[in-house]
Amino acid sequence: MADHDEQRLQPQDLGYDPNFVPDSVKSFVVHLYRQIREKNVYEIHQLYEASFQTLSERHFKDTPWPSVDAVAQYVDNDHVFCLLYREMWFRHLYARLTPTLRQRIDSWDNYCSLFQVVLHGVVNMQLPNQWLWDMVDEFVYQFQSFCQYRAKMKNKTEQEIALLRQFDQAWNVFGVLNFLQALVEKSAIIQILEQEKEGLEQFTANDGYDYNGGSNVLKVLGYFSMVGLLRVHCLLGDYDTGLKCLQPIDISQPGVFNIVIGCHITTIYHYGFANLMLRRYVEAIREFNKILLYIFKTKVYHQKSPQYEQILKKNEQMYALLAICLSLCPQSKLVDETVNSQLREKYGEKMSRMQRYDDEAFAMYDELFSYACPKFITPSAPSFEEPLVNYNQDAYRLQLKLFLYEAKQQQLLSGLRTFLKVYSTISLAKLASYMEVDEPTLRTILLTYKHKTHAVDSAGKVISNADVNFFIDDDTIHVVESKPPKRFKG
Amino acid sequence: MGRETAKAQQGTAYTVEQLVAFNRYNPDILPDLENYVNDQVSSQTYSLESNLCLLRLYQFEPEKMSSQIVARILVKALMAMPAPDFSLCLFLIPERQMEEQFKTLIVLSHYLETGRFRQFWDEAAKSRHIVEAVPGFEQAIQDYAIHVLSLTYQRIPRTVLAEAINIEGLALDKFLEHQVANSGWVIEKSQGRGQLIVLPRDEYNDPILKKNTADSVPFEHIAHILNNLS
Repeated sequence: MADHDEQRLQPQDLGYDPNFVPDSVKSFVVHLYRQIREKNVYEIHQLYEASFQTLSERHFKDTPWPSVDAVAQYVDNDHVFCLLYREMWFRHLYARLTPTLRQRIDSWDNYCSLFQVVLHGVVNMQLPNQWLWDMVDEFVYQFQSFCQYRAKMKNKTEQEIALLRQFDQAWNVFGVLNFLQALVEKSAIIQILEQEKEGLEQFTANDGYDYNGGSNVLKVLGYFSMVGLLRVHCLLGDYDTGLKCLQPIDISQPGVFNIVIGCHITTIYHYGFANLMLRRYVEAIREFNKILLYIFKTKVYHQKSPQYEQILKKNEQMYALLAICLSLCPQSKLVDETVNSQLREKYGEKMSRMQRYDDEAFAMYDELFSYACPKFITPSAPSFEEPLVNYNQDAYRLQLKLFLYEAKQQQLLSGLRTFLKVYSTISLAKLASYMEVDEPTLRTILLTYKHKTHAVDSAGKVISNADVNFFIDDDTIHVVESKPPKRFKG
Repeated sequence: MGRETAKAQQGTAYTVEQLVAFNRYNPDILPDLENYVNDQVSSQTYSLESNLCLLRLYQFEPEKMSSQIVARILVKALMAMPAPDFSLCLFLIPERQMEEQFKTLIVLSHYLETGRFRQFWDEAAKSRHIVEAVPGFEQAIQDYAIHVLSLTYQRIPRTVLAEAINIEGLALDKFLEHQVANSGWVIEKSQGRGQLIVLPRDEYNDPILKKNTADSVPFEHIAHILNNLS
């Protein structure tokens, strides 16, 4: 979730010694190792979230933590602990510094080892959900970061190019997707969630924890990987598959996904965005409304957490997406009053401009979409042929173009709505003259309105999103309230 | 098509769906998915999931992309309207892989999305080589046209209908006879202005029938009725 794309000082400039282990760090790893062995989830969480942050602030503001080799001796050289330590080590690096290509490759290797250990089912730990979510979240983030990095070929050194050629498996899109998929499958999480509906499993009731002496790691990683897959597919522009990956999780019910705030927000953000691109605006509006209200009420509790900044950022982005949805699909009854007033404050003026459908309107759609959209990626391997170019914007430009294309197709509908709200019946000829188009064109506008406001869901059912509706009888338009007025009954 | 062929195709379809379900991110299934596209074309079946899977593999390994297969996928997606399948496919085709024949299909999609059926049929006539390669294309678009018209009109002038489905004269008479017999259409004579076709009422073109619950007429239901064309 974090956003670390600016260049920063390299650690060697600041006198970093990977082998120096301050006492506080020695104490930290010893405690963490012990708590993990004793499966004290609460203590692990405290160390993982609070102590790690404090020590980072105090000793490692601009440098990495001590190398894993330096700390291994304090933790019996435990293989799994070292993998976990390295995962935190790299996450810290990405947050505070800019990783080198070599470091990116090494981080990939660490994830491979860590996931393979988990997939082999030999892990016997209970880890806090926050940590397990952070692992999946960071894994996808580093993949996204790598694709962005790789797509900027222009200024790559010969050394970097050689490394890229040699380690073409690192952060390969097939590898990333297959790991996430393997975690989902090996954990049997989909079957567990199914059985839960019949009362045969206690996964959600136990917050994902195992109270039978076993481990929660594979199951919960499998669960969070479904959200990870949704996110990766959105980055690739494959919204339909992304939503399919999320399907086993019922987001209308409380579940493990909303225990960790970062997971909750990431899930709904991508769910809403995917629905927006699939033109299921009402669904997107509903979910954005719910989570924006939730964030409004609960953000005060997260002020001290390391996720706070990200929560605020995603909050702003979802308001922008909500503004887009409501401009394309006006709905008066789906948005809570609190959310609505926030929306008016942030985007009221822009929304009225977007509903005008002139050039300025499209500049607004462009601006909001670009601000709020995911950081789309190009998954294919780079071309090493001269001249080397930067193509890191290509994926984003494609999605933006297709989105604006859709918005343009709805160009005249806003004008039509205005008239439909004023008249109960009107002849085609008259409306055509008011809208300054000829009759055949008006007929196409009316058909477009009907087509765009009647979405087809994944089961083939037609659902009307129209806030104002009509039907045509020969050459007269009859406007219909969205709820049947009483005088038509009986 | 003989029964044997149909059976073999059924066997293939079952295997491919399974392939996609269990090997979603496996580059080795690419040839199977390509064959399946050709099967869909010749047997007039359709699988969005499998086609998206293939487009995704092309996105991951662009050197393996087959323009002909992509064009066929796009045509099949057009035929799935009003579903947004065509856009879903476009999201997965990078600009660098864009080709002239895809652009033509994008223009056709644009006309259909904006109810411009006359322009659509004119343009389709110019691109016969692309659209005639896929059996059932004309009928699928006519089904879509009737779907949108049915959402919109209670009574529609014959000329408007004719333009939308690209059928005229005697052929249109025959078509209307069929719809009257099988789909509850009624033909009225309007004073001096030609026939008016009365379409069946449902919650989309009739306020009295609109309910507040989520009861809606499945599109397949309408399409099934309309499939009894000559």
